[in-house]
Amino acid sequence: MSAETKKPKVGVYVCHCGTNISHTVDVEQVRDWAEKTLGAEGVVISRDYKFMCSSLGQELIEKDIKEMGLDRVVVAACSPHLHEMTFRGASKRAGLNPYLTELASIREQVSWVHTDKEVATEKAKAVVAGAVERVVQNEPLEDIRVPIHPDTLVVGGGIAGIQAALEIANAGFKVYLVEREPSIGGHMAQFDKTFPTLDCAACILTPRMFEAGMHPNIELLTWSEVTNVAGYVGNFTVTIKKKPRYVIEELCTGCGICVEKCPKKVVDDVYEAGLGYRKVVYTPFAQAVPKYPVIDAPNCTYFQKGTCKACEKFCPTNAIDFNQKEEFINVEVGNIILATGYDLFDARRVSNYGYGRLANVFTSIEFERMCNAAGPTSGNIVLRDGKTQPKSVGIIHCVGSRDKNYNNYCSSICCMQSLKFAHLVKERTGATVYDFYIDMRTPMKAYDEFYQRVMDEGTLFVRGKVAQVTNAARNEHEEGKLIIQVEDTLAGKQRRIPVDMVVLSTGMEPRHDAKETSHLFGIGCSSDGWFTEKHPKLDPISTMTEGIMIAGTATGPKDIPASVAQGAAAAARVLDKILQKEVVLEPIKASVNQEQCSGCRICNGLCPYNAILFHEDRMVSEINPALCQGCGTCVAACPAGAINGTGFSNAQILAQIDGLLMDVNLAGA
Amino acid sequence: MSKPKFAMYWSGSCGGCEIAVINIHEKILDVDANFDIAFWPVAMDAKVKDVEALEDGAILLTLWNGSIRNEENEHMAHLLRKKSKILVAFGSCATEGCIPGLANLAPLHEIFDVAFHTISTDNPQGIHPQPVTKVPEGEISIPLMKDRVYTLAQVVDVDYYMPGCPPESHQIAAVIDLVIQVLQGKAELPPKGSVIGAGGSTVCEECPRKRGVKTIKAFHRIQEVAPVDPDICLLEQGVPCNGPATRSGCDARCPNVGAQCIGCYGPAEGVIDYGARLVTAFASVIDATEPEEIERILDGIPDPTGQFYRFNLADSLFRASASSFKKNGQSPAKASGA
Repeated sequence: MSAETKKPKVGVYVCHCGTNISHTVDVEQVRDWAEKTLGAEGVVISRDYKFMCSSLGQELIEKDIKEMGLDRVVVAACSPHLHEMTFRGASKRAGLNPYLTELASIREQVSWVHTDKEVATEKAKAVVAGAVERVVQNEPLEDIRVPIHPDTLVVGGGIAGIQAALEIANAGFKVYLVEREPSIGGHMAQFDKTFPTLDCAACILTPRMFEAGMHPNIELLTWSEVTNVAGYVGNFTVTIKKKPRYVIEELCTGCGICVEKCPKKVVDDVYEAGLGYRKVVYTPFAQAVPKYPVIDAPNCTYFQKGTCKACEKFCPTNAIDFNQKEEFINVEVGNIILATGYDLFDARRVSNYGYGRLANVFTSIEFERMCNAAGPTSGNIVLRDGKTQPKSVGIIHCVGSRDKNYNNYCSSICCMQSLKFAHLVKERTGATVYDFYIDMRTPMKAYDEFYQRVMDEGTLFVRGKVAQVTNAARNEHEEGKLIIQVEDTLAGKQRRIPVDMVVLSTGMEPRHDAKETSHLFGIGCSSDGWFTEKHPKLDPISTMTEGIMIAGTATGPKDIPASVAQGAAAAARVLDKILQKEVVLEPIKASVNQEQCSGCRICNGLCPYNAILFHEDRMVSEINPALCQGCGTCVAACPAGAINGTGFSNAQILAQIDGLLMDVNLAGA
Repeated sequence: MSKPKFAMYWSGSCGGCEIAVINIHEKILDVDANFDIAFWPVAMDAKVKDVEALEDGAILLTLWNGSIRNEENEHMAHLLRKKSKILVAFGSCATEGCIPGLANLAPLHEIFDVAFHTISTDNPQGIHPQPVTKVPEGEISIPLMKDRVYTLAQVVDVDYYMPGCPPESHQIAAVIDLVIQVLQGKAELPPKGSVIGAGGSTVCEECPRKRGVKTIKAFHRIQEVAPVDPDICLLEQGVPCNGPATRSGCDARCPNVGAQCIGCYGPAEGVIDYGARLVTAFASVIDATEPEEIERILDGIPDPTGQFYRFNLADSLFRASASSFKKNGQSPAKASGA
């Protein structure tokens, strides 16, 4: 089929999209114009319709293809992300190769971004002209089908990742669960109670952890990190770095003697949030999964001074191996779920709240550990001295959230977390509790009832954003106290409230390395650092990269039930793909013109899929079509113009530009 | 039987192409033996009226060297097109604008200001050239400058393109040989629009330097690299070598002697915008992820237009800076000052 030998017959279909497009674009005018003006380019029919994507709209196109013998179709409607598949499907049903159909986005790129109808209509014409000129250059292509590897990689062993891994494993498919800490469990393992039911977090989490650890279909890779991802949906090759534990897992029974005998203690900044100590050879907590300990090499006396080896001496199974090195393993998987979680906002950044400077200001995670019976204070709520019970406690919401100095977004869990803290203080100390909030957000099931309960228990609520926490007393009542300065917006006055203890309800932030992670996996990331969903409402667990799902707080702040639901949803999506056994890929591939390639090797290091091969003997580069994903990186980079991208040839792109610039006529150009 | 007619013309260019033709040494005798030289102002006396007197298509082969800078160039291009069977855009100026094309970065009035009225110009009377000047004997006129520099093909239909600044003598000799063989019925002309006297790949193909996977951490001017490794790809050493996008045909003369390719053979087959190709290629192999670091590396190319469009600006997709297009420019006649 070549445009030179046979004049193409193009049909143009302009969609109103209800009023989404027709509100700003004169759709009828675009339709008439296309038929009258673009005849020379091959347009033989132009129609408009209220909803082109409806079955009636699609039938309109199918009918014209069959009856008029159209061999090219342009649908001027929404973004190809939304309906390209729809209209390609319509063409296919009518017997036209689906790749001879182009979408001209006159909604996202025209009607939604303009207000002046006249100008928008002119722009819509240009976009249509571009699509018409392009579609004439399109060539029929055949879809490619590739098998899907049935194994799955889940990154992140928090509750969302555990849930996802279990769902897939229970369905009978293998899962690699990678976690960079020594144990799975995530943040949830640090909590004492969960709101609003006040379940013991460990009691509901650890059975899941244990199940994941023992599951025959789950290969647990803790103390490990993904370092490279190659391939594409259905066929990823993932490189995982296993950091040395210095403990041979096959020999270790998890008896804990090494931990007991280790003579050195260090502050546990991770699990105990700096409130407690751990040994240098340690498991983060008693119910850690897996049970194998890790030697913290930078702090280990043997690694520092070459002596000690107490753990090795006492290990009954000779499982200590100081010579372990980091190990890199490659796994083949068909799908990937990223459940990499969040970091806590660093409360030190809000210097006016005094965290890190005023001893009795605590963060929410410190408070969680303090409340936990297995924590550093055995569940006693005490001041930093470790023994004095507070008589009054102030809890401050929105620390680091809803504040343009830090993060604009609401961290979504802090209100409920603060209410939980208020309840626990009341329950365990009987202290007076002040709760400082901006707006109380308790929208989920049984959340507001919990708020009522905490009010009934006598917590004193002050609506206002706390200005500062200080120890500078102005009178004897304030002496030796922390004074919370706040504008009480309900009472309409400034207040200074002296308390013994302040708890900062710190918000959630994206992982500090979320951007690197998004690059590693080739997915989108918002400017904040949260992973971007394929569609925020309709597809919150997919990404724009096929085969890579996201779940839990890696996509934004959320509570435990929402994280678990997302983990399960992502797993369902993966299972859907696994059960389909193969995936249809667009036949968009790059290929090297061997005559024009001079082997400059500019492209050699660029391919994210390692599809480019360099032939030393002939000094030319070649692209392996089985590996090429059609991303176009090499096509753009090739200085010799020797690489062509199917579907994005120079002829297509330049034709489209010509169409877009149809009304530009520079003097002498 | 009379010999077929040959012509060569020199418009907006330096004249190096004419010398390159002479530089084919005794081969020039073959030209004389096989052709009747109808018009070649550099080599022999001739008058335009003699050309005008010829029948259309009377000249078999015209080698046109030079860009279209003024109206006289344009007039002669139309005349020789009409009179020639085969019109060859000969050399970089005719094919892609070359160095004269860099004038397209500025509007005409600025060019005149720089040429006649800046401090480095000795012009005490403030003379500004005018298209028509009255003298005691009457009026004399000079050709008007065009708004910008054009390539030959932007003005008239061109049959073949022969790149190079200037074309290598061995390539000229080979083309002349080919035409003679065609005349003798021993060979066929390539399809119209072909590039002749050059290769189909890039300079890298002819370059003997060893090439590896490229990762660039800094760009250097070649004199800042000491010593330049004689065996490794210059680009890999951070020297911005244009070889990867430049058409082959010169035997990689510059990289062979330790200087980077500056691109005088123009875009390789398949390259639509030479500079854009190089920009994306260089940018693709920069080995950095932090914006500041990338910025620092790019600062190693202080004159991007000179680096990437030294020869090709007039034939690039942009053609010229917006200010030099006619509607924004100013004809020299309107430029006041004299």
